[in-house]
Amino acid sequence: MNDVTFQSKPDLLFDSDDGGDLRTEELLVNMGPQHPSTHGVLRIVLRTDGEMVLQVIPHIGYLHRCAEKIGENLQPYQYIPITDRLDYLSAMNNNHVFSLAVEKLAVIAVPERASFIRVIMAELNRIASHLVAWGCYGLDLGAFTPFLYGFREREMILDLFEMVCGARLTYSYITPGGVAYDLPDGWVDRCREFLDYFEPKINDYNELLSYNYIFIKRTAGVGVISAQDAIGYGLTGTCLRACGVKWDLRKCIPYDIYERFQFEVPIGLPPGSTFPVPSGQPTAKVPRDVVVGDSWTRYMLRVIEMYWSVAIIRQVLDQLPGGETKGKVPRNLKLPAGEVYLEGENPRGQLGFFVIGNGTAIPARVKVRGPCFCNLSILPLVCRRVLIADIPAIVGSIDVVMGEVDR
Amino acid sequence: MDREKTLGLLDGRFEENVIVTSADWLLNWAKSSSIWPMTFGLACCAIEMMATGASRFDLDRFGAGAFRATPRQSDLMIVAGTVTFKMADRVRRLYNQMPDPKYVMAMGACTIGGGPYVKYGYHVVKGVDLIVPVDVYVPGCPPRPEALLEGLMRLQDKMKHSTIAKTRSES
Repeated sequence: MNDVTFQSKPDLLFDSDDGGDLRTEELLVNMGPQHPSTHGVLRIVLRTDGEMVLQVIPHIGYLHRCAEKIGENLQPYQYIPITDRLDYLSAMNNNHVFSLAVEKLAVIAVPERASFIRVIMAELNRIASHLVAWGCYGLDLGAFTPFLYGFREREMILDLFEMVCGARLTYSYITPGGVAYDLPDGWVDRCREFLDYFEPKINDYNELLSYNYIFIKRTAGVGVISAQDAIGYGLTGTCLRACGVKWDLRKCIPYDIYERFQFEVPIGLPPGSTFPVPSGQPTAKVPRDVVVGDSWTRYMLRVIEMYWSVAIIRQVLDQLPGGETKGKVPRNLKLPAGEVYLEGENPRGQLGFFVIGNGTAIPARVKVRGPCFCNLSILPLVCRRVLIADIPAIVGSIDVVMGEVDR
Repeated sequence: MDREKTLGLLDGRFEENVIVTSADWLLNWAKSSSIWPMTFGLACCAIEMMATGASRFDLDRFGAGAFRATPRQSDLMIVAGTVTFKMADRVRRLYNQMPDPKYVMAMGACTIGGGPYVKYGYHVVKGVDLIVPVDVYVPGCPPRPEALLEGLMRLQDKMKHSTIAKTRSES
């Protein structure tokens, strides 16, 4: 069953004790910071013995852009564009969590319509982010088509974002007190059109990549993380749920208005069982070789989450109320003395903002808890005694965005 | 154009004449219609660079879709994203590893002059032109794919006006 990975039987390939002819020399291989499958500027030093990787040392800091220091110098409104650039694939979610943190500290009421729009945007951006993760994971493992398909649908989501705020990637749309603009005319219909178009496409993705025999062979059983390790290293998001831990902040500690909507949280399951999908969608079974907590499960949960994001957006659009989209926020918002820590569920895990106010308009401290940073920390543990070719499969399935790791 | 970038086998060995003109046309046509960029995503702009290479915008229409993973096979370095001090010497090294003729495109506000990090970003290089010579600047934060395509066309224009003949100072 586990013939593709040597994690379970390392002695078959690698007999270190007997010496003799089979002894090989260890070699340090530098991977990155310019490497196509490290997703940005991650640098990994691999200690290899032939094809086997014995140890992995990640080096970070190549994209340290001083985001936390900037937070101590700007007002919350001015800091919103910097939060866009933390995890640049899910800028709406970052805006959302930071706005919630500031609202909690300064006690600002948000109009109901604004909250609904925020959830729509956060879920749309979750889909867009997972599409990039999906496409690039295919690219890492040698399949070019998923990249093109993923970006084709992502462009449609970006069109929707462009309609509401004019930007394609860095939106700054969700601000403390509400959202920057109301939805333009015809946006809701266009969004529904997109959802109707998009939902069947997810089935295509499964047929194209998820259940591809070669893809399963490359990812199933590779980079297995136990639930205990995942919790111990502070993993969140799909990386944690793939280990079988049912933990999603939208469900467990609902923030904003997530408790009003029905959705399931998919978790990693043993072979033979089926993932929960919305009614009307084909069942998604777990193939034979898959182990709970491996790369395939981490990848697959993203695909299943896209189904549920679509389901959430449909519910929000059905219940969308009218009214104001901006709360009453003074121009130079004075943050009261005190501190607040608030976490939200980003596509990659829990993003947390810790804001200390000191009675002025500029916070005394802004600390960011980046999910990718914590998720990346497990890499040295997972990448022990794996093949070199498995390194892109593992790094890609953890799905790091370096903008958030280095901040 | 500056000599540093055209040091190929043929450059600077001929006087200006009719034959050189035809050879120029051929070489420039070949150069500008198959630009091989390096896969070099640093930050947010890299996502827009990927979008430019993907379905809707399709960089391949301009002959520039063959993204190479190594500097040794590429003609164009699109510096897409914030360059930090830690990354700066790597950028320079990658530039040095590229074969001549080579071109650099600075994509996004960060690479042009620090962008949103210009004031408080203590670890951000205020413009990639402090490290490598830049041919085309594409402003935006991040630039739209259309802007990147426009930058590419400007680069092609620039390539079409280069010559292998000796410059005045050399002859």
